[in-house]
Amino acid sequence: MAGKGTSSDSARPVRSRPWARFVLPTYVALIMAYTLVPIAVMILYTFNKAPNQRLTFSWHGFTTEWYSKVFQVADLTQSLWHSLEVAVISSIIATALGTPAALALARRKFRGRGLIDLVVITNLTAPTVVVGASLLGFFIALSIPRGLTTILIAHVAFNVAIVIIVVQARVSGFDESLEEAAADLGAPPWVAFWKVTMPLILPGIFSAFLLSFALSIDDYIITSFVAGQTLTFPLWVAGAVKVGIPPQVFVMGTLIFVSGVLIALASLVLQRWGDHGKAETAGS
Amino acid sequence: MKSRLAPYLQTAPSMLWLGLFFIVPLVAIVSISLMTGNSIDGYNLTWNFSVFPDALDQYSPQLGRSFLYGGISTLLALVAMYPVAYWIAFHGGRRKSLFLFLLLLPFLVSFIIRILTWQFILSDEGIVLGTLKDIGILGENAHILSTPAAVVTGLTYDALPWMALPIYVALEKIDRDLVEAAGDLYASGYQQFRRIIVPLSAPGIYAGILLVGISNIGDYLSAQILGGPSTTMIGNIIQTQYVQNGDFPVASALSLMLMMALLLCVFVYAWVFGTRTIQEYA
Repeated sequence: MAGKGTSSDSARPVRSRPWARFVLPTYVALIMAYTLVPIAVMILYTFNKAPNQRLTFSWHGFTTEWYSKVFQVADLTQSLWHSLEVAVISSIIATALGTPAALALARRKFRGRGLIDLVVITNLTAPTVVVGASLLGFFIALSIPRGLTTILIAHVAFNVAIVIIVVQARVSGFDESLEEAAADLGAPPWVAFWKVTMPLILPGIFSAFLLSFALSIDDYIITSFVAGQTLTFPLWVAGAVKVGIPPQVFVMGTLIFVSGVLIALASLVLQRWGDHGKAETAGS
Repeated sequence: MKSRLAPYLQTAPSMLWLGLFFIVPLVAIVSISLMTGNSIDGYNLTWNFSVFPDALDQYSPQLGRSFLYGGISTLLALVAMYPVAYWIAFHGGRRKSLFLFLLLLPFLVSFIIRILTWQFILSDEGIVLGTLKDIGILGENAHILSTPAAVVTGLTYDALPWMALPIYVALEKIDRDLVEAAGDLYASGYQQFRRIIVPLSAPGIYAGILLVGISNIGDYLSAQILGGPSTTMIGNIIQTQYVQNGDFPVASALSLMLMMALLLCVFVYAWVFGTRTIQEYA
């Protein structure tokens, strides 16, 4: 398919070709719109009147009542709190466990790091259904009762690998001579670490925490194995599918979505601001 | 900080956690799969190796379906997202981060709600079918829900951002001078694309396929919510056997075989591209 006939007249840079200017952007816009359709559907239907307290496809008229009644379904609200609780605690534990490991992996050569890499990759790529099933088998074998604690253990287990990867990626670009310079100037190792290294890797740790939080609050498959009778938000919703979904589910989804967008925008602004500050210091 | 012990002390806590709550359970399902008994009297290890061929025999339709739906949705996502990732990387200009942000927006909606909205969209009187029926393209009895098409739609939608990200990262790394040099040497736009851009983005393509393929083949929520009795995937079987029926050996054997098949793909990837590239794109 070398296309000899076309090679002479089309040897211009890619950017000036008409398909790159019209066809491709149109296609990209269509795909983007497609990915946003479910989000639009979710938000739209939070404003639909639902006579039977259940979401229906047909439109019954505009209302904002579900926003004021968002916490009215008691066990749904309870499940959302469970999800938030598990997400916060598991992300904190995973960040605390994973960060030192990420630092060691990014900056030291030591025997056994190949094995650690392997464990981390296997954890990230293992099918979640297998991870969940094997953990449930493990808990049953040790007769550990299933509940919030086992959900938490499972979530830390998949978040630790995420934290290791994310923090490691941020640290590998970090100039180690800075810490050495601090040591040369007489700073004890922990001061050098705390005053020099820590501020530099903090954004990486923060994004690892946010990613862990997002993955944890969203997890359905692994949680469904280890939850026992305890329900998290995704589990409650999946259970309600057969009897009908109360509009509050989409309202909560919308609220989570909006806070996610706000957090993402805030971190983007902070990042810009941080870069700007750095540029100024470098310039002065 | 410089002592030889330091890296081990730093990695020990996380590795202990992963060892105890990931590796040990994984190894344990090997022994669970070889047990016989029932959920009331308990199970004993009898080295029942026939569980593997038996499970394979009994659940081959579901296994086949998992690889079929997983494969089709991965391929659809690749074909849909490569041009998008390409356009953002090469023509996104100063708005690149805005486009990426838009692309990742679905991540901010709960996984279960994303699938639920598809149940809404694809329902018999929903936007798609309702409209097609109104203009008379489809008959009154046409339906999508609980067909393979519905399950694949859900799986594909979920895969889109996961597929786009690693491809975008790979494309972004390509040295623009290389593409320009090819142009200077009279390579056509198609040749530049085929000979330079595609080969150099290959690690990203494979990372996307791996990431999406593994999670879609093992998925069961899409089949549970959008599918019907004839679209059951292997994940659904493992879930019901384990959580509801308490048939641990068969479910363990199925998990093990699924894990082995997918691990093989990961190791082939690691062997071809090196373990570091997996981490870069994961």
